[in-house]
Amino acid sequence: MTSDRIEKSIVLRAPRAKVWRAITSADEFGTWFGARFTGRFAPRTTVSGRITLPGYDHLTIDMTIERMDAERLFSYRWHPHAVDASHDYSQEPTTLVEFTLEDVPEGTRLTIVESGFDRIPGERRATAFRMNEGGWATELQNIERYVAGKTTAASL
Amino acid sequence: MKTAARRKAAVDAAAPVFAALGDATRLALVSRLGAGGPQSITRLAKQAPVTRQAITKHLQVLCDAGLVRSVKQGRERIWQFDASQVDAARRFLDEVSSQWDVALDRLKRYVEK
Repeated sequence: MTSDRIEKSIVLRAPRAKVWRAITSADEFGTWFGARFTGRFAPRTTVSGRITLPGYDHLTIDMTIERMDAERLFSYRWHPHAVDASHDYSQEPTTLVEFTLEDVPEGTRLTIVESGFDRIPGERRATAFRMNEGGWATELQNIERYVAGKTTAASL
Repeated sequence: MKTAARRKAAVDAAAPVFAALGDATRLALVSRLGAGGPQSITRLAKQAPVTRQAITKHLQVLCDAGLVRSVKQGRERIWQFDASQVDAARRFLDEVSSQWDVALDRLKRYVEK
């Protein structure tokens, strides 16, 4: 299992031009993603968007658009899972998000690859899940106790 | 269906960890490292009913699954429990991944309507 990237692939029953508009028009992107952008998407520009999803509407996202190869590739960089409004993410490494489109008989295949997670500070990844800290060791002891109760070989 | 797919992905990601733990000796090793802190093979072997070589092999399997890691200290290798970092990284990816699932579901509904 790689820890550096996430890959998602989905077949959309819609023509490629329509999907392209849905991902590269700031308004359309905002409609399904749940954000309201102030500028237009264009290569080498940074656009800001206010999240409109309930519970996240205190957050803004900054996307730095890299490539827009018509109806084929759309890519941008951002700070993944930047859900702490009081945290300054600007100096942290970004991840690269790439939307790739291809024709399939049913419509359009959209593949999303988000990569660069290995460069995100470990402590940020860890603190995002502070709740879980130490939980593992306790959990394993519980499992061991359970297994030991069932078998005799478990005792070291 | 979305939830099922997500659950399957989470299970797939966790499978190597559970496979590594699916052995009584290894489970006990991880539990001891988790509770007792970093220790050498010599110390681990003292209380184990298996040979030092067997313990080395088991530790290697656990290491491959990202559950333990070792640092060289003098001539000895000190082994320690290492799940927290791996687990945090995995949970972080799971979180980002499930957010994409939800967003893609909305995109699908948006372009297919």
